[in-house]
Amino acid sequence: MILDSKIPEGPVAEKWDKHKFNVKLVNPANKRKYDIIVVGTGLAGASAAATLGELGYNVKAFCFQDSPRRAHSIAAQGGINAAKNYQNDGDSVFRLFYDTVKGGDYRSREANVYRLAQVSVNIIDQCVAQGVPFARDYGGLLANRSFGGAQVSRTFYARGQTGQQLLLGAYSALNRQVAYGKVKVFPRTEMLDLVMVDGKARGIVVRNLITGKIESHSAHAVILATGGYGNVFFLSTNAMGSNATAAWRAYKKGALFANPCFTQIHPTCIPVSGEYQSKLTLMSESLRNDGRVWVPKTVEMAQRLRKGEITVNDIAEADRDYYLERKYPAFGNLVPRDVASRNAKLVCDEGRGVGSSGLAVYLDFADAIKREGQAAIAAKYGNLFEMYAKITDENPYEKPMRIYPAVHYTMGGLWVDYNLMTTVPGLYAAGECNFSDHGANRLGASALMQGLADGYFVIPYTIGDYLAKMPYDKVPTDHPAFREAEQAVIDKNNQLLAIQGTRTVDSFHKELGLIMWEHCGMARNEEGLRFAKQEIRRVREAFWRDVKVTGVGEELNQTLERANRVADFIELAELMVDDAQSRKESCGGHFREESQTPENEALRDDENYAYVAAWEFTGVGNEPRLHREDLEFENVKLTQRSYK
Amino acid sequence: MAGSNPNAKPMSLTLKVWRQKNRDTAGQMVTYPVKNVSPDMSFLEMLDVLNDDLEVRNEEPIAFDHDCREGICGACSLFINGRAHGPERGTTTCQLHMRHFKDGDTITIEPWRAAAFPVHKDLVVDRSAFDRIQQAGGYISVNTGGVPDANEIPIPKTVADKAFDAATCIQCGACVAACKNASAMLFVSAKVSQLALLPQGKTERKTRVENMVAQMDIEGFGACTNTGACAAECPVGISLENINKLRREFIVAKATSENIA
Amino acid sequence: MSWFTKTFSSTMGRKIIMSITGLFLCSFLVVHLIGNLQLFYDDGGAAFNLYSYFMANNIVIRIMEIVLLLGFLFHIYDAIVLTRKNKAARPIEYAEVRPQENSTWSSRNMGLLGTVILVFLIIHLWNFFVPARFGGLEGVVIEGAEYENLYVRVVESFQIWWYVLIYVLAMVALAYHLIHGFQSGFQTLGLDHKKYTPFIQMFGYAFSVIVCLGFAIIPLYFFFLY
Repeated sequence: MILDSKIPEGPVAEKWDKHKFNVKLVNPANKRKYDIIVVGTGLAGASAAATLGELGYNVKAFCFQDSPRRAHSIAAQGGINAAKNYQNDGDSVFRLFYDTVKGGDYRSREANVYRLAQVSVNIIDQCVAQGVPFARDYGGLLANRSFGGAQVSRTFYARGQTGQQLLLGAYSALNRQVAYGKVKVFPRTEMLDLVMVDGKARGIVVRNLITGKIESHSAHAVILATGGYGNVFFLSTNAMGSNATAAWRAYKKGALFANPCFTQIHPTCIPVSGEYQSKLTLMSESLRNDGRVWVPKTVEMAQRLRKGEITVNDIAEADRDYYLERKYPAFGNLVPRDVASRNAKLVCDEGRGVGSSGLAVYLDFADAIKREGQAAIAAKYGNLFEMYAKITDENPYEKPMRIYPAVHYTMGGLWVDYNLMTTVPGLYAAGECNFSDHGANRLGASALMQGLADGYFVIPYTIGDYLAKMPYDKVPTDHPAFREAEQAVIDKNNQLLAIQGTRTVDSFHKELGLIMWEHCGMARNEEGLRFAKQEIRRVREAFWRDVKVTGVGEELNQTLERANRVADFIELAELMVDDAQSRKESCGGHFREESQTPENEALRDDENYAYVAAWEFTGVGNEPRLHREDLEFENVKLTQRSYK
Repeated sequence: MAGSNPNAKPMSLTLKVWRQKNRDTAGQMVTYPVKNVSPDMSFLEMLDVLNDDLEVRNEEPIAFDHDCREGICGACSLFINGRAHGPERGTTTCQLHMRHFKDGDTITIEPWRAAAFPVHKDLVVDRSAFDRIQQAGGYISVNTGGVPDANEIPIPKTVADKAFDAATCIQCGACVAACKNASAMLFVSAKVSQLALLPQGKTERKTRVENMVAQMDIEGFGACTNTGACAAECPVGISLENINKLRREFIVAKATSENIA
Repeated sequence: MSWFTKTFSSTMGRKIIMSITGLFLCSFLVVHLIGNLQLFYDDGGAAFNLYSYFMANNIVIRIMEIVLLLGFLFHIYDAIVLTRKNKAARPIEYAEVRPQENSTWSSRNMGLLGTVILVFLIIHLWNFFVPARFGGLEGVVIEGAEYENLYVRVVESFQIWWYVLIYVLAMVALAYHLIHGFQSGFQTLGLDHKKYTPFIQMFGYAFSVIVCLGFAIIPLYFFFLY
C-alpha cells in the first residue's frame, strides 16, 4: 500500500483555495440522493452533520450518549484559537500555522495545519453568528487570552466552558437540520462495526443501547468523529464513555491507524486521590497564565511536607523552586503541555513532589491575588477554583492548588489524507479521531479549533469530491455484507456474555491503564515497552478467559458496553506500544528516554523519523504492518524546540 | 496513594436504590449495604464500588447515566435523599463527594420522576424531550459560511454576560426533577433567554418562543407555580429571571406575532 | 382552535389567566375589606346596612359582580385543569422528597390553600350573600326607609365560636395563599425587574398580612368585644 496524502500542489498558502476549486461538486438537486452517516456528535461530528444537512445531503448522526450535546467536547474548558489578530499583537494565519507545527514538534503535515490556521478565523465568525456567548470586553467586542505554546493572545473563550458553548452552537445547528428533516439523530446508539461493499465504506452496524438490538444503517459515505482513545489509560480526563471502538473496528476493516503512541499528558489536573478513582479532572491550562508552578527546593523539605510535619505556608520563598520559570525564562509557566508535564514528572521522580502521595506539584495563585486582587482572579477562574474545592475540599484562594499531569488527548488516530479520507474509500475521520493536525503534541485551545474546522469547513467540501463520483443507488441493509457484519457483532457480544469468568471489566481496564501509564506514559524506554507488550498480551488473554459480563445482550447493559470498549482498548494499547517502540526518537508527547538532550529535553531525530507511522491491521496478535508517510517541511525550518 | 484527607475514616452506608428492569415493568426500592466508602470518593465512584461488588456476586449492577464526571455534560441525574443531585447546592451528582455524608447513613437514590422522562432502566431516564424542545426552535438560523465577521456584531458585556449565564444550562433535568409539577420552565427559559438576549437571535425570537413552549406542552411537562425549587436545585445556578424573561417573550410573541395558526 | 384559545389553553396561557384573575381578586379583597370596615361604625349597623344596600342595587356593582364571578370561575377552573396536568406530569411519586430545602410551604400548597378558601367561600356566601341577595333577612328602618338588616346577621353569626374559628382559619389560609400568590402573579406576567421586584414582594407580603388580618379582626371583634 502506498500512502497518498493527496496534498495539492503549489505554495502552502494557496493549496486549500486551489483544492476547493479543483474538487468535484455535487449538483444541489443531486445532494438529496446521497446518504451520509456521521458517527459521534461532538464538535467535529455535530458540525459536519449540521453542515452536510444544510447542503442538502441526507444525514444520519449517531452518538452513544443520550443527547448529542453530551459528547465529550462539552468538557473543554480553556478556549479556541483563531488567527484573528484582534489584539493587534502580531498574530497571523502564518504565525498560528507556525506555532502549531512547532508545538507539534514537527510531526504534522504542513498543508493540513496551514488550512487549519486559515479556516480558524471562519470558525469564530460562525460560532458568534450561532449565538455562542464568547467573552467580551466592555466595548462589546470579543476578548482574547494567551495560552501555552504561543506568545500572542489568540484564544477566544467562554469563561471556563468554551467547549460546552461551542458544542451547544453546533448542536443547535444540528437541531435545526433535525427540524428540517435533513438530519436524523440516533442517540444511545453505538457503532460496533464498519460495513464495506466492493471495497468502499457503505454503512455501519450499531447496537441500540436501550433495547440491545443490533441494527444496520447504509449510506454512501461514513464519517467517524468519535474522539480520542485516552481512556486506554483508564484514568484520563476523558469522559467515562469516551472510547475507541468505532475507530478501532474501522482499523480492523482496513483503515490505517497513524501515530498511536502520540498521547498528550496534560500538566494541570487534579492529582489521583485513591484506588477507587474513576477519572481525572482537568484544570484548564489557562490557569498557568496567572498561577506559578513550584515544588520545594529540597527532597527533605518535600518529605516533611508530605508527612504533614510542615505546611505549605512554612516554606519560605527562597526554599521554593519555580522550576518552569527557572528553566524556561522566555515562556516560564506557559511552556507547551508536554514540557510542563514532563518537568512535573521529573521533580516528582526526584522526590520533591507534594501532597500525601508525592505525585503533585503546586500551582500557586498567591502572587496573582496580591497583584490583581481576589475578585479579579475569581472573575477569571472562579468556576475552576470552585471545582477544585469541591473535589479536594481545599480552598485554592488560600492554599496553592496541587496538580499533576494526566492523560488528556490523543494526537494519533485514523490516518487521513488531505481530504480527511482514511485509507478505506468513503470512510472519513474528523476531529480527535484522526491524526492529522497536531503532530506529536497539541497546543492548548487547538482541539476545539480542529474539530470545528474539520466539521464545518473541510469535510463538507471534500466529501463532495468523493460522492460526485459515486452512483446514487443505495445498498440495502439486507445485503450479505451487512448481514455478515451484524452476525459478527452478535457473535462477539455473545462470546463476551458467555465467558462468565471471575473478574469485572473494570478490573481489566484498570490493570491495562496502569501498564500503559507506567511504560507508555510520560516517558518510555525500550525495556519498558517490551515488558508492556507482554503484559498487554497477558491481559488480553486473561480478559477473554476470565471476564465477567452480567446480564443479556437484548437490553440496556452497561457492562456489555464497557466490555466491548475495553476489549478494543486492550488491542489498541498493544498498537500504541508497537508504535512507541518503533519510534526511537523523542518528539512532543512521545519521550523516549534513550533520546534526550543533556538538559533532559526531548531530542528529535529528523533524519530517521520525520514521518507519520501508519499501521495496518494484520490480525489480532499478529504484528501490524508499518507504512510511512514522509513529512516534508517547506515553510517551517526544523529546529530543536526551545522555550528557553 | 492517599487523598487530600488521609485521616478520614471509611464509612459504611445503607443504600435504598430504585431498580426497574425496563420501561414496561414496574420497579421497586432495593436495599444494599456498602462498606469501605472513602470520604474522598465521588458519589458515582461509591456506586462504582457497589456495582463491582454486585458483578462479582453475579448480580446485575445498577444502571445509571454518567459520562464526563466533571459536572458539565449533564448526564448524571440522581435524586438523592429527596433532592435532585443530592444535598449540596450547585453540585451535580458526579461532583458530590461522600464527605458530605456520615458513617451509618441511609441514602435513598431514585431516578428523575416525570412523565416526560420515562425510566429506561433503574436510574436511567429518557430525557430526549429536551432535545425535541430545542429542535422546535432553539437555534439561530444561519448556515455554515456566509456570516459576518465576529466583531461586526458588538454585544454589550452586560448583555453577553446575561446570555452566558443562561447558556450555562447543562440540560441535566434537575429542574424538572425538583419541581413539584415536573415543569420544564427553567430549562426552556434558559434556552429562550440566551438567544432572545443576543442581537443574532432577535430575528426569530417570536416563532422560537411560540414553538418551544408548544413543544414543552406536547412533551407533558407540568406548569410553573413559581416555587423556585428548580433554581434552588439547579447545579449551575440558572436564575428564575430567565423564566420571567420567557414569559415576557411568550406574551409579546402571542400578542404581536402574525402567526394565527 | 384559534390562536386565541390555543394561547389560553396552553400551560403558560392558563397560568396567565390564573395570574390576572388572582390579582383581580386581590383588588376585590380591598374593596370588600373597606366595605366591611363600616361594621365598626358605632351606629347600630346603619352605615353597614346602607353600604350593603348600595352593593346589592348599584348597576356598576352588579356588573362587576358578574366579572367577579367569572374571575373566581376562571381562577378555579384553570387551577383544577393545571393541577390535573401537574399530577399527570409526575405519575410516580418519589419515595423521599425534601422540598423544604428548596421552596416555601405555601408555594407548594396553593391548591390546598385554594380549596380551603373555596370551602370557606361557599359557607360565607351561604350565610351572608345568599340571604342578602335573595331574601331572608329581617328588615330595619334607617332614616325612614326600609332596608334589610345584614348587620344583625353578622353580629349573630359571630357569636358562634366555631364559626369565628372557621373565619380565622380561612383568613390564615388566604394569607398564605396571597403571600405566594401576589408576587407569583407578577412573575407569571413576566413583570420582574431588579428595581421593582423587591418592592412587589414586600408589598405583596404586607398586603397579604394586612388584608387577611383586617378580615379576621371582624369576627374576633364581634365575638369578644360586642
